[in-house]
Amino acid sequence: MTSMTFWMLAATFLPVAAALLLLFVPKENRKVFEWGSLLAMLVSFAISVPFFFAYDRGSAAVQWAYAAPWISALGVKFSVGMDGISLLLWLLTTFIGPIGILCSWEAIQERRKEYYIWMLVLQTAMLGVFITQDMFLFYLFWEVMLVPMYFLIGIWGGPQKLYAAIKLFLYTLAGSVLMLVGILAIYFLQKKVTGGYDFSIASFQAMAPVIAQQAKNWQILVALAFFVGFAIKVPMFPFHTWLPDAHVQAPTAGSVILAGILLKMGTYGFLRFLLPILPDATKQLMPWFIALALIGIIYGALVAMIQKDMKKLVAYSSVSHLGLCMLGMFALNPWGLKGSLFQMINHGISTPGLFLAVAVVYDRRHTRMIADFGGLSKSMPVYATIFMIMTMSSIGLPLLNGFIGEGVILMGTFQAYPWAAVVATTGIILGAAYMLWMFQRVMFGPISKVNEEMSDMTTREVLTFAPLVVAAFWIGIYPSPLMKIMDAPVAKLVEQVQPGFFKAEALAEKQAAAAKLGMKGNAAPAHHEAAPTEHGAPAHEAPAPEHGTGHGGGH
Amino acid sequence: MTYAWLIPVLPLLGFLVNLLVGKKVGKGFVTAVAVGSVTLSFILAVRLFLAMKGADGHRLDLAYFTWMQTGALTVPFGFTVDPLSGTMMLVITGIGLLIHLYSVGYMHEEEGYYRYFAYLNLFVFFMLTLVLGDSLVLMFVGWEGVGLCSYLLIGYYFETDYAPDAGLKAFLTNRVGDLGVAIGMMALFAAFGTLTVSGILTQAGHLAPEVGFGFLTFATLMLFVGATGKSAQLPLYLWLPDAMAGPTPVSALIHAATMVTSGIYLICRLAPVFQLTPTTLTVVAWVGGLTALFAATIGLFQRDIKKVLAYSTVSQLGFMFLGLGATGFAAGFFHVFTHAWFKALLFLGAGSVIHALHHQQDLFKMGGLKSKTPVTFWTMLIATFAIMGLPPFSGFFSKDEILYLAYLKSPLLWVIGVVAACCTSFYMWRLMALTFWGEPRDHHAYDHAHESPKTMTVPLMVLAVGSALFGFWGVPEAFGGHFAIGEWLKPALTFGQLHGEHGHHAGPAIALAATSTVLGVIFGLFGWFKYKDGLAWEEGFIAKFPAVHRVLLNKYYVDEAVELTILGPLRWFGNVCWKLFDVILIDGVGVNLPAALTKVAGDFVALFQTGRVRNYVFTMGLGVAALLYMLLK
Repeated sequence: MTSMTFWMLAATFLPVAAALLLLFVPKENRKVFEWGSLLAMLVSFAISVPFFFAYDRGSAAVQWAYAAPWISALGVKFSVGMDGISLLLWLLTTFIGPIGILCSWEAIQERRKEYYIWMLVLQTAMLGVFITQDMFLFYLFWEVMLVPMYFLIGIWGGPQKLYAAIKLFLYTLAGSVLMLVGILAIYFLQKKVTGGYDFSIASFQAMAPVIAQQAKNWQILVALAFFVGFAIKVPMFPFHTWLPDAHVQAPTAGSVILAGILLKMGTYGFLRFLLPILPDATKQLMPWFIALALIGIIYGALVAMIQKDMKKLVAYSSVSHLGLCMLGMFALNPWGLKGSLFQMINHGISTPGLFLAVAVVYDRRHTRMIADFGGLSKSMPVYATIFMIMTMSSIGLPLLNGFIGEGVILMGTFQAYPWAAVVATTGIILGAAYMLWMFQRVMFGPISKVNEEMSDMTTREVLTFAPLVVAAFWIGIYPSPLMKIMDAPVAKLVEQVQPGFFKAEALAEKQAAAAKLGMKGNAAPAHHEAAPTEHGAPAHEAPAPEHGTGHGGGH
Repeated sequence: MTYAWLIPVLPLLGFLVNLLVGKKVGKGFVTAVAVGSVTLSFILAVRLFLAMKGADGHRLDLAYFTWMQTGALTVPFGFTVDPLSGTMMLVITGIGLLIHLYSVGYMHEEEGYYRYFAYLNLFVFFMLTLVLGDSLVLMFVGWEGVGLCSYLLIGYYFETDYAPDAGLKAFLTNRVGDLGVAIGMMALFAAFGTLTVSGILTQAGHLAPEVGFGFLTFATLMLFVGATGKSAQLPLYLWLPDAMAGPTPVSALIHAATMVTSGIYLICRLAPVFQLTPTTLTVVAWVGGLTALFAATIGLFQRDIKKVLAYSTVSQLGFMFLGLGATGFAAGFFHVFTHAWFKALLFLGAGSVIHALHHQQDLFKMGGLKSKTPVTFWTMLIATFAIMGLPPFSGFFSKDEILYLAYLKSPLLWVIGVVAACCTSFYMWRLMALTFWGEPRDHHAYDHAHESPKTMTVPLMVLAVGSALFGFWGVPEAFGGHFAIGEWLKPALTFGQLHGEHGHHAGPAIALAATSTVLGVIFGLFGWFKYKDGLAWEEGFIAKFPAVHRVLLNKYYVDEAVELTILGPLRWFGNVCWKLFDVILIDGVGVNLPAALTKVAGDFVALFQTGRVRNYVFTMGLGVAALLYMLLK
């Protein structure tokens, strides 16, 4: 185990270690729980940051890998490591963690000890999902994650918390079980082919060619098992109705983590398992997937538009935004996948920000109804500014993060399915409509007496938002560092799903250039020959997975 | 040229400073920062403009760094200064500066003074980014950014109901257009593999006429959709008249002189690509012409002085598009340039009137202000001459050039343009007569009326000079000139390629110009005569043609139609989605029904789990009896 691997595990398991320590603290010590859990999250984040810089952008391989035998008879290993995709989501998780704690200090007034312990356990479970390289371990973390969330909503939630918590639990469990069926189907197929048991993700991905030779129906059934499992988590239409309930009932931190990280488990699952393991079946089902993504985009936006509860509005906006995220992914080209990854990160920044913004007024007035507010810009100017930044980030204004995600997704989708991109843009228009309409009704217009007396944000509240605002601007203004991390793993994924994609693209480009030359005899040929290098795309020549190497070095 | 980046960045800094500390420090400081930053950036802009003028091929490419680099896409961050962007840059910083100065007087009582100037500075930053950006991505950043500023400034009076509504309407209507631009960009990227302006134009030049023009037409049409949003053309013009809810200087700067012309700028920037798609150009010409006429007719009977000017702006923007569509890119841009001066002047003049009358905007409550506000009167008079196209004021040359090209494209377009121009003359003279001539119709306001302070009148005078003289930059050949602005813009508009502008034949040019000018004057005089003594003529008109008047006053009921056919159904459908699908079908039938059935089944089975021994013994007895019966049968 290298020292980096050690620190990766340290950052992942530090929260749960802190939770174990807090178990021994008497429950009256409020400050110990609040500061202790914040400290654990912050240290975990601090440990995670260097990984951003240490990551070798040229390689698509799993980095800082480590594997120890665990249950050898079943082929289960304790196998960890990260590629660029997991790294980004892992970092997002350590980043959101402290925010979740900080926004709970005032909001949580009872059973603090259990609350913070569950938050810490949840954090480790989520981080674990992103570092694991073993299917068994993955499933373990995936299931463990559900328990703290269930309690967070069920104990500290709103009036209908039990309904929401049980709904969340059953929905997700149903998805997990289906996913398990899918995993086992491939597991036993693998045994039949190779004669051994191996739960490693790499070996599952290596099964793709074998799977492609199985009966069509078998492939499609397995793909559907994975699809439903992940689609519930995302959530995609029509598996989404647990989400608004969970969000509305959850305490603020619950919503923040639910929106920020938990939903990304679903999208991550798609990227990690469905696409690389079952590429053929996925492509066959693609028209349906795309239809569901598009419905989700527009449906979520339409339903969000007529909500009267701010939290419910934001919850439905998640359905719409994640529909876009899925659409980008289903384009199955580098643009779409990168945009999808961006959208995961962006949604993990904007939507927690919006939930926090709702919480600010909820903590003061104990209502989330849009109609109860109005004119808050007058009494809470700082809040107005921050809320506006988060709103603009969510609707994809340039120089803020959302723009990069939406733009790149649309680029990718347009290349693959132009009409789908055009349809998706209506969702983006509606997105601006419901967000700004809510913003207007809350922040502008005549102000009532009770709203005029509301105090502006406290320092703690500003501090909770600050990292989100900074991140939103950073990604919006200078997304290149993140993009570089995605390059190699995304290229590898594209090659897994669409073998020969890059070769075909390079060929098409050459043909187009030749056609242009042929038709326009006197055009300057130098220009076209120079084209690939001019556009900085050595990607087009090198086959993946080594493909990324040339890429990182080139620039 | 290392200082060039400061031109947009200075106003950005002004924005940040004023937003962060403006509330705490005094208005003097806010003014110094806001006006100072724009002044400096204007001075630098002049320097840069002169440097560009001296440069080879009138073009400076200032590359700063690689902004985004992934796969086949490289987006550099850099500026292009050429005759087109250079002229716009001067207009933005120059007129921007005048309007900043004017605002110092106009807004001095406002509580949100710092906020106002912060947004105004931010606008200048984004507008410069839009104009100078060397890639479509950077231009799009500016494009969306000015939209944001427009939204913020329209909603400046946020404690009212109407201003935030107007802001929202503006933002959303523009969003529709913006996505057109986004799709157009994607299509251009798909066609050319690059998003830098120079890259696209270079490749467009190499394109043989057979290659994928259908696709290119799609791309340019989409870009034009974007232009109709930002530049308020049919059918996306709806937001601009409402945008008058913002402070008047904002209407002058953003909603008359600069931002609303960015659609025209975008098309000029990509002129060589639009040249390749004649279908699009025809669409542009007709949409422009129809908008010019449509908006002008709405302007005829509006009562709010700013509304008249707003519809006038929509109409004038239509003229510009008409020019572009008639492949007169230089002519269209020429009108952008002259219009910037006289329309800014008209708005600022209207602002001065409103200021004098303590926020009275209703023309029917004005009258007789000629002697009370002489500077405002005389400067607005010059602007009126310019907009009605009276020679030799600036509007004459630019509008005449457009009408001439429209005639070459299709005589019907010329007729439409001339009718629109006649309406323009009429409503402008109606506005002037109702404001400055006749008896005051609101004596209280009239008695307290006064000329505006120097910070407001000086900008009026400067703009008046521009409105009077800047037409001479483009005197057409028919009048002995050589359309200098066309020559000046040529390298930018053709990008060094062969297909260029129309040649200028004298032909019917003089006859056409004479006809339209004489008609314009007649309608102007008509308006003035009918309104200089009061409202009698209009009251007579209402009595005679109530329906016509009502339809025009209510803007053809387009807003109502949109509400009825688009917004209402959308909300209805949202409700259906939510209540029918989510609540009843998915949650009700799909989730809660099985749950309820499970519960019912559980409850039923639980009936047998009573916990009472006698029940168990009884059922056991029954079972034993049944078994015995079966065994012994």
